[in-house]
Amino acid sequence: MTQQLPDPNGKFGPYGGRYVPETLMPALDDLIEAYEEFREDPSFRAEFEHLLHTYVGRPTPLTYARRLSEHLAGAQIYLKREDLAHTGAHKINNALGQALLAKRMGKQRVIAETGAGQHGVATATACALLGLQCVVYMGAIDMARQQPNVDRMRLLGAEVRSVDSGTKTLKDAVNEAIRDWVTNVRDTYYIIGSALGPHPYPLICREFQSVIGREAREQMLTQAGRLPDEVIACVGGGSNAIGIFHAFLHDPVRLVGVEAGGYGLNTGKHAARLAIPDLGFAIADSGNEQSNIETPNGKAENLNSTIHNPKSKVGVFQGMRTMVLQNDDGQIAETHSVSAGLDYAGVGPEHVYLRDLNRVEYTAATDDAALAAFHTLCRLEGIIPALESSHAVAEAIRRAPALPRNSILLINLSGRGDKDLNTVMKHAQRTG
Amino acid sequence: MGLTHIQDAFARAHAEGRPALMPYWTLGYPDAETSLRVIEAIARAGADLIELGVPFSDPLADGPVIQHASQVALDRGITIRKCVDLARRLREHGVSAPLLAMGYLNPLIAFGEPQYVAAWRDAGADGFIVPDLPPEESETLGSLCAAQDMALVQFTAPTSTEARIALAAARATGFIYVVAVTGVTGARDHLAAGLREYVERVKARADGKPVVVGFGISKPEHVREVGRFADGVISASALIRAAGQAPDPVQAAYEFVKALRG
Repeated sequence: MTQQLPDPNGKFGPYGGRYVPETLMPALDDLIEAYEEFREDPSFRAEFEHLLHTYVGRPTPLTYARRLSEHLAGAQIYLKREDLAHTGAHKINNALGQALLAKRMGKQRVIAETGAGQHGVATATACALLGLQCVVYMGAIDMARQQPNVDRMRLLGAEVRSVDSGTKTLKDAVNEAIRDWVTNVRDTYYIIGSALGPHPYPLICREFQSVIGREAREQMLTQAGRLPDEVIACVGGGSNAIGIFHAFLHDPVRLVGVEAGGYGLNTGKHAARLAIPDLGFAIADSGNEQSNIETPNGKAENLNSTIHNPKSKVGVFQGMRTMVLQNDDGQIAETHSVSAGLDYAGVGPEHVYLRDLNRVEYTAATDDAALAAFHTLCRLEGIIPALESSHAVAEAIRRAPALPRNSILLINLSGRGDKDLNTVMKHAQRTG
Repeated sequence: MGLTHIQDAFARAHAEGRPALMPYWTLGYPDAETSLRVIEAIARAGADLIELGVPFSDPLADGPVIQHASQVALDRGITIRKCVDLARRLREHGVSAPLLAMGYLNPLIAFGEPQYVAAWRDAGADGFIVPDLPPEESETLGSLCAAQDMALVQFTAPTSTEARIALAAARATGFIYVVAVTGVTGARDHLAAGLREYVERVKARADGKPVVVGFGISKPEHVREVGRFADGVISASALIRAAGQAPDPVQAAYEFVKALRG
């Protein structure tokens, strides 16, 4: 279906492509050429696979979640344990693959952006392993709320640069990384952390992450004797989701992507780009009803007075044509999620294409649903999931009870939750 | 108006033996009314063409000075429609230099590409500069502009291959924007090394289209030096830095452009 995509222009249907300043276009051409060369190169593949096995800890296990399945009294739940990969998330698959590519291309300097810090830590790790210089851009607000990951990156030898422009979060870190790349393009490799940005990044990231789905599919067949009925993954930029979905695209398996519903899709404070049609959004926001909701700060906020009516529309953002949360004037909207890794206004272009094809269904889980799922998984399975992954768990918890006992849901547990303890504990105190 | 108007501006400067001077100002910075008066002053000081910055929340080709100006303008409520209205008022106030709207692609798409082109044309603008639209993706907008006799400028960079320079030159209307440095917009003390040779490479493939150098043009001596081998120069961040925070931005912008004009 999309195995042959993107096309030579980097398009998934109308999405994707390359929308960057001219300075970077030759660098993207070089990257395409190098990637095409090395993907066919047995020595490159062997080195990557060797590191995945001996350094990352792949294959990651597939865990049957017995107590959670019993508790939900419906579908049987399996977890693909990317939380057990080195550095605690699937991000290392892509960071290591691209760092190897950088080294083969003769680039000594690597830059990256990071939101929650997981991609930054993964990139810093890969650069330490391969002896590359590493600079990570991170929004000032994200640095403050993810301090442990800032410390990790520095321990690993990376330089972490604080980004004070715009909203001081992930999108601004991407802008700043692109500006660095524009300036230092001749000797610098930019490792984008998700399946987004200009072509060929969505392709490269998907290929390095597709190991998740290949392993999971085989493990399902071995451990359960059959394929799952549904595969559920959270979608920020969409790399863990595309990584697990790709192996199942041609199977009779339902694929479900879960976006950040934030305070709710009718509040204007979320990061759902695909979960609802444009029209539904306009209707949900056009009512005169005053909605006062309790924010995590404990303050009742009249949201109608602060909403700038963000809509998800096709646009061009950070190098790609995709669905973008924006205001009526085409300015990029500020998004909200309890999980920094899903808190992004754009989405990987292949996901928009898969939505248009009706191959993947996109839905959203609110902050509260994700936090509840976080606690449930901790207590029933002894696994502390990342808040990002908790969105996928929340969706499974919602769906499983209505499904027959012999059905199977596979969740991509994309990362572990140690980084989120601060957020979760603060929230637990408030709600008693 | 339109392409002829742009050609005439370059021809006039050329006849006077100097490069066409194209200052840049961000619409709505530091506020809408001041930006209007600043741009009028830029015209009075002798600008041959004027680049009108259309603010965007995520200007990834811009350095800190233009980022800041864009953010201030957005915080004070600038919109695409207000930008277009400012252009119309510039024409009503007698500003006759060609006007080029410099803005990123997403607001343009949100506005509607045909509507965007038509709105600026009706306001009296002459063309567009879109820094995140490479020539490969510019066909739709290019046709819309051609149908309205408006320019769609294309870029070359120091990293551009000969093939990419040829592609930019073939697709460009109005002029070719030669990005002088490998980097983002921003004032610089010195011109890039090898700039002349690079501009000559572009000129060899320009098919007679004007070749205009921007990024880092900050001082009168830069204008004089670049004027020896290019058809025009763009000065943006240095002007905004000099005038944006000045007690009287209108006067400061006038003096800065007057000095560049020499």
